[in-house]
Amino acid sequence: MDALKRYFRSPAAVLGLVLLLIVVGMAISAGYLYPRDPLALAGRPLVWPFTNPRFLLGTDNSGRDIAAQIFHGARISLLIGGVATLIAVTIGVMVGAIAGYYGGWIDNILMRITEAFQTLPNFVLLLVLVAVFGSTLTTVTIAVGIVSWPAPARLTRAEFLSLRSREFVQAGRTLGMPDAQLILREILPNALPPVIVYAGVVMAVAILLESALAFLRLSDANVASWGNLIGLGRDVLRVQWYVSAIPGVAILITVLAVSLVGQGLNDALNPRLKQR
Amino acid sequence: MSSTGPILTVDRLSVRLPKGADRSHAITEVSLSVAENEIVCIVGESGSGKSMMANAIMRLLPQGVTTDHGRILFVGRDLCAASAAEMRSIRGAEIAMVFQEPMTALNPLRTIGDQIGEVLDIHTGLAKAEIRSRVLSLLSDVHIPDPPRAAKAYPHELSGGQRQRAMIAMALALDPKLLIADEPTTALDVTTQAQILKLIRELQQRRNTAVLFITHDFGVVAEIADRVVVMQHGVVVEHGTAREVLRNPRHAYTQQLIAAVPPVAAPPPRRLSDQTLLALSGVVKTYRAGGFLGRGARVTHAVKDVSFTLPKGATLGIVGESGSGKSTLARCIIRLIDPDAGSILLDGHDWALMSRREIRQRTQQMQMVFQDPFASLNPRRKAIDLVAQGPIVHGTPRDKALSEARELFQLVGLDPSAADRLPHEFSGGQRQRIGLARALALKPDVLVADEPVSALDVSVQAQVLRLLTSLRERLGLSIIFITHDLRVAAQICDLVAVMKDGVVVEHGLTHQVFGTPQHAYTRALLDAIPGGDFARTPHP
Amino acid sequence: MRILSLAGRRLAASIPTLVLILVGVFLLLQLAPGDTVDAMMAQMGGGDAATARELRRFYGLDLSIPMQLANYLWRLVRLDLGFSAIYGKPVATVILERLPPTLLLMTSALSFAFFFGLVFGVIAARGVNRWPDTLISTVGLIFYATPSFWFGLMAIVVFSIYLQWLPAGGFEDIGAIRTGIWRVLDIASHLILPSLTLGLIFLAIYLRIMRASMLEVLNLDFVRTARAKGLDETRIITRHVLRNALLPMVTLIGLQAGTMLGGSVVVETVFSLPGLGRLAYESVVQRDLNTLLGIVFVSALLVILVNFVTDLLYARLDPRIAAES
Repeated sequence: MDALKRYFRSPAAVLGLVLLLIVVGMAISAGYLYPRDPLALAGRPLVWPFTNPRFLLGTDNSGRDIAAQIFHGARISLLIGGVATLIAVTIGVMVGAIAGYYGGWIDNILMRITEAFQTLPNFVLLLVLVAVFGSTLTTVTIAVGIVSWPAPARLTRAEFLSLRSREFVQAGRTLGMPDAQLILREILPNALPPVIVYAGVVMAVAILLESALAFLRLSDANVASWGNLIGLGRDVLRVQWYVSAIPGVAILITVLAVSLVGQGLNDALNPRLKQR
Repeated sequence: MSSTGPILTVDRLSVRLPKGADRSHAITEVSLSVAENEIVCIVGESGSGKSMMANAIMRLLPQGVTTDHGRILFVGRDLCAASAAEMRSIRGAEIAMVFQEPMTALNPLRTIGDQIGEVLDIHTGLAKAEIRSRVLSLLSDVHIPDPPRAAKAYPHELSGGQRQRAMIAMALALDPKLLIADEPTTALDVTTQAQILKLIRELQQRRNTAVLFITHDFGVVAEIADRVVVMQHGVVVEHGTAREVLRNPRHAYTQQLIAAVPPVAAPPPRRLSDQTLLALSGVVKTYRAGGFLGRGARVTHAVKDVSFTLPKGATLGIVGESGSGKSTLARCIIRLIDPDAGSILLDGHDWALMSRREIRQRTQQMQMVFQDPFASLNPRRKAIDLVAQGPIVHGTPRDKALSEARELFQLVGLDPSAADRLPHEFSGGQRQRIGLARALALKPDVLVADEPVSALDVSVQAQVLRLLTSLRERLGLSIIFITHDLRVAAQICDLVAVMKDGVVVEHGLTHQVFGTPQHAYTRALLDAIPGGDFARTPHP
Repeated sequence: MRILSLAGRRLAASIPTLVLILVGVFLLLQLAPGDTVDAMMAQMGGGDAATARELRRFYGLDLSIPMQLANYLWRLVRLDLGFSAIYGKPVATVILERLPPTLLLMTSALSFAFFFGLVFGVIAARGVNRWPDTLISTVGLIFYATPSFWFGLMAIVVFSIYLQWLPAGGFEDIGAIRTGIWRVLDIASHLILPSLTLGLIFLAIYLRIMRASMLEVLNLDFVRTARAKGLDETRIITRHVLRNALLPMVTLIGLQAGTMLGGSVVVETVFSLPGLGRLAYESVVQRDLNTLLGIVFVSALLVILVNFVTDLLYARLDPRIAAES
């Protein structure tokens, strides 16, 4: 409860939450406001924004409604960002927990693998995965999740390492608790808050990764993605720069919202740091 | 002793805390004075405002904390009215300070010589070569071995005692009129503490420095103080010469503090059972760190061939300084750490050879109480669940375990109505009682207590020790009691084993070991206890 | 010397990591639809099955996968990365040609991000919770949330199209033949926008870490000691806080090296820079898997190298590191 109160006392955190709710609202309302396929031809190409009330944000090079693509794009960004984050955090927590709790050779092997993933530039790995498995919505989401797990894994491992030697865990051991209980019930609840807060960062990066992939036309071309639209707008950048500019702002606002909420949660859950 | 006028006069000083703190003022209307060539001790427990005094005099209060009333007169000047630049020229040159933790008080990335030289550099116009030679002579003044090497060393390359000597050298570099020492020996081992106290005394007398010495330990007061100021909750409750206050404390709080520092003299021995409950023989634990495939690894012999027996119902103290291996030994006994060799026989079973699974089944026989009351309780569990946890793991139905836990609350002197609170809602002493209840819930035969009172304030220490003594009688517990504090060991232990560098150098009945120590190290430990006669004979 | 051997040992420890990456990516690429020969045949405009068989035998693609892997690793030991069918040159040659722009871009982006991150981090920490801090932190957050390719495009619109101050893309002006200092200046002017674009997100990260690190160090006991010695605030910052606060920044360079290299894929594509990142993109689009694998190898090597250098730097800054070995 205190944490909730602290969260709402920070203007930045509240702003982040409001922005996030707006993006979520866009994603939910996209089907009602723009029931037609956002990628279907809607009118004359390259209509400037605010010149035609039918196309509030104008149309792109192929005459598709930009506003419709922005609303439907919110769904794609949140979906890919959310699911990829879930995948990354799940893998990361499992790997980090096992490595940090057991230590020794298990830790050694798992950390070698994590290190390998971190040594290979994540975007290059993403390119490799897309080259191998293709560019459907599902494969792109899974690929983004797979390249994002090492950071949460390291964080979880660090938490487990420090908590493992804490006296309350040792006390649990002297009481005769089995490993599973120590990991799941004693350590994990204490290790999880920083990881959940960090999920905000993972999600922000995931959204950026997908949009970059879409911009390079390596993501799913059959869905209305903000990155796709920016890539498309590049062809008419000299004059109709708004085709690229508008979806970029949408990405910026979404990533900003996710980061602000993450940071707000962090400050609310770790008030000691904020006071300093 | 003071012939001239006071160097420092604090006149009805009040220090206000920011809104939302647990009280409005850290210090209320405190007056005191320190004269030349005089050591004044401020004594108090945590929260007494004694450290805030030092910060207020230095004008180094944390943000949001302000002096809102009173004056601080330093050789006639009011420091409260001094400008920031004036204060900077006074700090380090005329008033110097030594802190509690010498490791963190020194910058880890710069050499000792560099950090001492900095004081000379900013306050004097001395040339580099002159500063260098002054640093070396300061280091030899504080008796650091090999000053040229120490000057080139980084803080992590020196021992704790040497680091504190370097801090003192830094503080005394410009012959300040006033030295403020904030718990300068609390983080040190007892033998090192004795040396540092001697050094401060020696330098102070040679230079006629006025010293304001902040401590929680009346033993240290007896050792070093000319005059004493006792503080509680930001108010001075008693002041006077060291003799008066120690011999004839008037305020109840002072009496309580003095009573909490018992003499090392052990009470008359209890009759011990002939039956051996726990027998250790040849226990060894060696750590290897770093290195590749066993080559070039640093080898630490934490415990070397330790053997002793614990009679049923007795309390065996394992005493030693940090690094003696006493905590490692405790963790080997309860198998939080696997010993390399030796046997630990309890009730016919060798704990050193048991598998993890067997240990889990037998933990009811042996339980542990931990040092840190803040780290030893899972912050996300209610107190009652923490206590009931053990029996539930071992198959007691939940309802039964919870009702038994409530009874235990009463047994350890906690209010059962507080059972549903989370650990952070309890004080340190109360948390330690919860930890004790958790261990007792499994009805163990042996209790291993690792420094169970050293994280507590002295008055709380006494309460927890009394509780432990009474439980021992009522439940027939046998206890292994790890401590660095010989005074605590003398109070509670029937037998003691003195450990140094992983070896038990001497063991036997407490009153014999402490009364007629055989080993040189035991004598050194006993001699190092601060306070002279005050610490060795019962208080009137 | 001790520092060097320590960092050398870290370097040796990364060899298994490198092998792990290569084996992993090699096996992964086996799952890809089509192989080098398919790509070649497509490049040649088709061909019959017999030619394809011949080519597969020539490149050793008819062997079992473990054999191919062993062959590949053995060739790698001799620094032979294979042949790129698309470019008609050895992969090593292709990559070496593309390396300089990427190295230049990374160095300039990193310097820009590190320097300004440090400066603004210090300013923000000095004025914590007052307006300079709020302003810097807010702008930092916005930078962090900006997609780099979009920022690049907008920078082109503003600086190249409207203001016409800077070139919109390319590594140098191919039309004019310049030598000496003029060529350097020309390349520099082509690198300004890409470096800003790539560095922006890292600037935001460094700034945040530096601010947090400064605030943490300012709370440490030795800063209180420095105050008790009578030092003024400026000296406390320069002589006691800064070096301690820099340590996490140095660690971050190593940690972020991979991310930065990945970011250059996008930035090089936006600015048509003929670098390693753009090569990676092209080889995915053209299914030139040999080159892609070569890029994986070289970029992992680069990251390991950057980490080696940061290890050395860290050990220079922190005397405790050498003592631990």
